[in-house]
Amino acid sequence: MSLMSESAMATPRSNTNWLLLLLKARTFVALLLVLAFFSVMAPNFLSTANAILVSKHVAINAFLAIGMTFVIITGGIDLSVGSVVGLTSMVAGWLVLNGIDVGLGWSIQFNTFEIAALVCLAGIFVGWINGILITRFNVAPFIATLGMLYVARGAALLFSGGRTFPNLNGNPEYGSHTFPLIGTGNFLGLPVMIWMLIAVALGASYIASRTPLGRQIYATGGNERGAALSGVRVNRVKMFVYMFAGLMAAIVGLIIASQLRAAHPATGEFFELNAIAAAVLGGTSMSGGRGRIVGTIIGAFVIGILSDGLVMMGVSSFWQMVVKGLVIIAAVVIDQAQSRLQARVALAQEVALSK
Amino acid sequence: MTLARKNGEAHPIGLTIRGATKVYPGTVALKDVDFDIRMGAVNVLVGENGAGKSTLMKVIAGVETLTSGEININGRPVTFRTKDDAVTNGIGIVFQELDLFPDMSVSENVFMAREPLRFGIDIDQALVEERTRELMQRLEQDIDPDTTLGHLRIGQQQVVEIAKALAQDAKILILDEPTSALSAAEVEVLFRIIDELKAQGVGIVYISHRLEELIRVGDYITVLRDGEITGSRSMEGVDIPWIVQAMIGGKSKDFSQFIAHEFGKEVFRAEDIALPKMGGGFMVDHVSLTVRAGEILGLYGLMGAGRSEFLECIMAQHPEAKGRFFVDDAELREKHVSGRIARGIALVPEDRKRDGLVQIMSVRENITLSSLSQFTTVFHLNLRKEVARAAEFIKRMTVKVASPGNPISSLSGGNQQKVVIGKALMTGPKVLLMDEPSRGIDVGAKAEIYHKMRDLAAEGIGIIFVTSDLEEVLALSDRIIVMADGRISGEFGKNAKAADVIAAATPANARSRNKDLVS
Repeated sequence: MSLMSESAMATPRSNTNWLLLLLKARTFVALLLVLAFFSVMAPNFLSTANAILVSKHVAINAFLAIGMTFVIITGGIDLSVGSVVGLTSMVAGWLVLNGIDVGLGWSIQFNTFEIAALVCLAGIFVGWINGILITRFNVAPFIATLGMLYVARGAALLFSGGRTFPNLNGNPEYGSHTFPLIGTGNFLGLPVMIWMLIAVALGASYIASRTPLGRQIYATGGNERGAALSGVRVNRVKMFVYMFAGLMAAIVGLIIASQLRAAHPATGEFFELNAIAAAVLGGTSMSGGRGRIVGTIIGAFVIGILSDGLVMMGVSSFWQMVVKGLVIIAAVVIDQAQSRLQARVALAQEVALSK
Repeated sequence: MTLARKNGEAHPIGLTIRGATKVYPGTVALKDVDFDIRMGAVNVLVGENGAGKSTLMKVIAGVETLTSGEININGRPVTFRTKDDAVTNGIGIVFQELDLFPDMSVSENVFMAREPLRFGIDIDQALVEERTRELMQRLEQDIDPDTTLGHLRIGQQQVVEIAKALAQDAKILILDEPTSALSAAEVEVLFRIIDELKAQGVGIVYISHRLEELIRVGDYITVLRDGEITGSRSMEGVDIPWIVQAMIGGKSKDFSQFIAHEFGKEVFRAEDIALPKMGGGFMVDHVSLTVRAGEILGLYGLMGAGRSEFLECIMAQHPEAKGRFFVDDAELREKHVSGRIARGIALVPEDRKRDGLVQIMSVRENITLSSLSQFTTVFHLNLRKEVARAAEFIKRMTVKVASPGNPISSLSGGNQQKVVIGKALMTGPKVLLMDEPSRGIDVGAKAEIYHKMRDLAAEGIGIIFVTSDLEEVLALSDRIIVMADGRISGEFGKNAKAADVIAAATPANARSRNKDLVS
């Protein structure tokens, strides 16, 4: 009798486990589906050249999405990253063209590495302001970064009076002639920016899963009060995630300025929304405490492949937007189903234990 | 019994509950409870935390349904599936924590979600205000219906909550600890309102921990202990010793035996801690105390006595607090929780869900959250070490969990509490602060936690624990400090008398008000 009931129990449970596994890997499943779909539907989709092209498109969004993931895990949001991309690309353009004017007819010129470092500092600085507003002045993250969205965009426009900085080819005399290589150069057959993405993604995953800081980022988002009472320096954690998001935006600004060999103040409009979409698609919970870097990167690839693939199929950009929106909504609906199922499975385990 | 029957003629029974049993997973909250509510009278319900008072009230208010048993109104059986069912049957409840909307006007609050409409769409504002004004007249309160609720004093807000219940034609009004946040003058107003409602034939259920107050306001008293009725009679002839006896009873819960051990030297000292209250006065009013190694210090008092706030001050949660703390004679100057933890202080907070745990994280991640630095070299977290240490503490705390990777929310309350304590212990504290460590957990887990506290004390940890459970504080403490109104109002040794402890816990204003009633 007991044997029978046990085997009867086992079947539904292993079914739920399979379903749970499938739901957990849903972003990956979605990635395989879009890959398979476009390999069949779009000619030349599966070529190496195309793969690299798509990856380059994806990388831009993936950088921002990685930064965004950390912010969202703490329960916040950063709407300013798109504008910071614009601002930092203008900073890059200014530094390449003009250097820093110290007056008296002198100016300091920088080589590529120094330019990159300064641009990154600029991005981190904007993130620092966001963090200060949120932790010291208790401004809601949505509002603080919305304000920064306007301020940074305005500052980008003020840099050049709204004009583009053209011909950012650098100057061999100053060592800045390598500037265009950031976005266009290759190393061991892969674009430099892809290597940068790999490095950043590995670093971010490491932070998330193998450092106390990562654990504290999750704890802050899961229960801020509880985390604070457990000794987590919640404000420091928040400062870090916004500064990190600023750094990611600066890297993107640098790459775009380098790719185009020009810096335009409108660069990066709506990038923040794509970044949020990639993070959410990758399973990051908007209420905080949950999300993974790997998921976010897969999410960025799903979105990127979807839009590039639809372009290659000749689908109108209007339909592209509709499809993208539907995919994001579907992702969250499935996400809710997964958390319900997961809670049920864990509860069943505990009940079984207490029997 | 005869007394009750004699009064019964004057006060008809409006609602009866027979054989009420309520089972939650792992614990029985009500066991075969019979309870009558008499109309035009104040029916007092008293018992310790976790005795089942609030479960019983939730059943009557339709928030929870009974596992077995029946409810009768005027002899007619009823079942309440939702709160609305109870409201239609004339039952109103004013919870301890007011559920009002501070940014809306008084009249909007009173008619929330039941606004009278014109043509089914347009709120009849004039009618809303007129009826609110009528209600305020009935309650003899001079509150303008247009006032924003948040601008009212807390006592007035409570009056609004009562008006809200009356606006739904409540014949039975349940007041859950209505005086815990009121000033002495406001309590007088509330008692006058209660008298008027009684005269109008409303049956009132009054829950409170302030025993003198119960004797003054009550007509009938029912005492609950561990989900069972231990006394039910007319208030005539009831005195505090009788209530205490019924509340605590002869049989004791499973408190673990004292492990005889010597106390060490002083590990913790608080000097003149003062935490100002908003709007004047002090939440914690210049409190000084010491704890020795291996000593369990029980901090007893009623809600709002400032006990939890005192613990929060130790944990650096109130930067505006004045005073000094010492651990091993060295002053605590750290401004952050992490710094205080490093100095050997750990807190088990009162509200597990809100303050103690990160619900979506796993058992392992929760239990190690305060001690991550133990597994970290520079910035690298050694996961293998973490897993091993988590397993060690799960075993040490006897947490029942299928896998340490399961989310903490899948555990029972008692096991969750063990994880919170485990988290505090992993930091290697010298002083352990526990705020209501046995709240909301079943009897078995309680006994385990008491036992654990004893063991820890024997190991030489100084423990300060806050409780509202009289039996617990008497049985578990080596020394008892009673707080009332933010001040230390009494200090007792191991063999303190229950009545003395209760008397010390009564706030000064209530004490002077009820001078003639206290024997």
